[in-house]
Amino acid sequence: MELLEKVEAIKEAKSVANKIKLGHVHLSGCTGCLVSVADNYQGFLKILDDYADLVYCLTLADVRHIPEMDVALVEGSVCIQDRESVEDIKETRKKSRIVVALGSCASYGNITRFCRGGQHNQPQHESYLPIGDLIDVDVYIPGCPPSPELIRNVAIMAYLLLEGNEEQKALAGRYLKPLMDLAKRGTTRCFCDLMNDVINQGLCIGCGICAASCPVRAIAHEFGKPQGDLNLCIKCGSCYGACPRSFFNPDVISEFESINEIIAGALKEGEKDD
Amino acid sequence: MIEDPYLGKYVTCVSARSTDKEILKKAQDGGIATALMVYALEQGIIDGAIVAGKGDLPWKPRPFVAMSREDILKAQRAKYNISPQVSWLKEATRSFGLDKVGVTGVCCQMQAVRKAQLYPINMRDVPGKVAFAVGLFCMVNFPYDSIQALVEDHANKSFSSVKKMEFGKGKFFVHTERGNVSTVPLKETHKYEQSGCHVCLDYVSNLADISTGSVGSPDGWSTVFIRTKVGNEIWSKAVAEGLFETKPIEEVKPGLGLVMKLAKEKIDKNRKTLEERRNFGVNKALRDPYA
Repeated sequence: MELLEKVEAIKEAKSVANKIKLGHVHLSGCTGCLVSVADNYQGFLKILDDYADLVYCLTLADVRHIPEMDVALVEGSVCIQDRESVEDIKETRKKSRIVVALGSCASYGNITRFCRGGQHNQPQHESYLPIGDLIDVDVYIPGCPPSPELIRNVAIMAYLLLEGNEEQKALAGRYLKPLMDLAKRGTTRCFCDLMNDVINQGLCIGCGICAASCPVRAIAHEFGKPQGDLNLCIKCGSCYGACPRSFFNPDVISEFESINEIIAGALKEGEKDD
Repeated sequence: MIEDPYLGKYVTCVSARSTDKEILKKAQDGGIATALMVYALEQGIIDGAIVAGKGDLPWKPRPFVAMSREDILKAQRAKYNISPQVSWLKEATRSFGLDKVGVTGVCCQMQAVRKAQLYPINMRDVPGKVAFAVGLFCMVNFPYDSIQALVEDHANKSFSSVKKMEFGKGKFFVHTERGNVSTVPLKETHKYEQSGCHVCLDYVSNLADISTGSVGSPDGWSTVFIRTKVGNEIWSKAVAEGLFETKPIEEVKPGLGLVMKLAKEKIDKNRKTLEERRNFGVNKALRDPYA
């Protein structure tokens, strides 16, 4: 009886009304991004418990048609010969408040840039575009696959942006701004962008993070500066995104300790009740 | 918490020196970074640390993951040339399987690490696993061939005979194994600097958990800024266990005033460089990395 009362009390304490609606839209991607979402383990469950309802996700939720969403995480690029994909991405834009390009295929084309078609059972499927070439995208999460932690941060910040108090909204806005700027900056990024925007501009400090972020180990450091093997580069844009000289958000990054606490707090809140 | 536009946020600042004789013997100054990393490793605060170890050429650093006291000690002393330290950040957590990573580095490397924690773009397993970051004061860095030219062409010393290099008191000092000391005036070194350093707006590693450097403290001692909760906890424990002798920064010469002066010098100069980049061409600008 006591337990039942406790359960009832928790139900009362946790308001579910202000949860945001989150969806995962799957286009031409390898499901690595979705695996990354799930790789937040309890953190992901916590997000689903307290902050977001997963209203659409071909792999995890039994919903066939794209519903209205607050935040749509779009994985993969659009095959423009595939009518359904093109319709899906257009519908996603129409029905979502915030469209997030989840991962490098959706952001920059990534490995799908190298597709030439000629494969069964749809040999005519040959051209793949990052979603930003067809619709306006609000936020980019580059990475192949994107890191679970960044997805988590964006999910929590999106929640704070939509449902938080004024202070939280301001913080979330500041946090998301560079990722929104990436979405405005264009739909191609590869090692060449590091070359053009950082090294050629005399900004590289040889810290090595580009090499650390490269999923295909295409970057080595020679004479202290990154050297990319362009034959290996898959155009995921990770090195560019990770470089402290591509974007640096001094206000937000100097708050790293308190932001980490906010995120950790958000994921722990109410845990003692369970 | 003190907040200063030039010195960043910090809890306290002291002058300190390691009490470990072996560490002090080869220390650049007070052996703070080395002693802290060794302490963190032995206490299980970290499983390993990314440090700038010995490379294949004299004084060329090679970043590697140190997993023992001996490894960390091998990385002692300032090399003043580029070490792509952060390139091991993800490897340390993935290939080495470390759950708690220690990182040492200069200001820009701390910036890269903190950005990787807050915006982990393709940095899976990194954000929660950086357990301890020790930053070093840094005025400017040099490419390897620059430092070689300074030692061999300007100071007239064979690179392999060098025991210690040091920037201070308006000069670049080269100490050889046999006790000879050559100096190069600081202004001769400027043209050899890495250009990426000229837009850096940090002198005392504002984003580290603890940052340290010789400036402000007497010879053989280091100035130490304790900046975060993590840093404060580790520092308090280490001091309580007698790992460091400390003096209040107000009581040592030349003191915080000099740190402030150099920080202001670097940051103001670099702000000017950023300003100049805006009008570098005719109606054309170079990129502003902070915009």
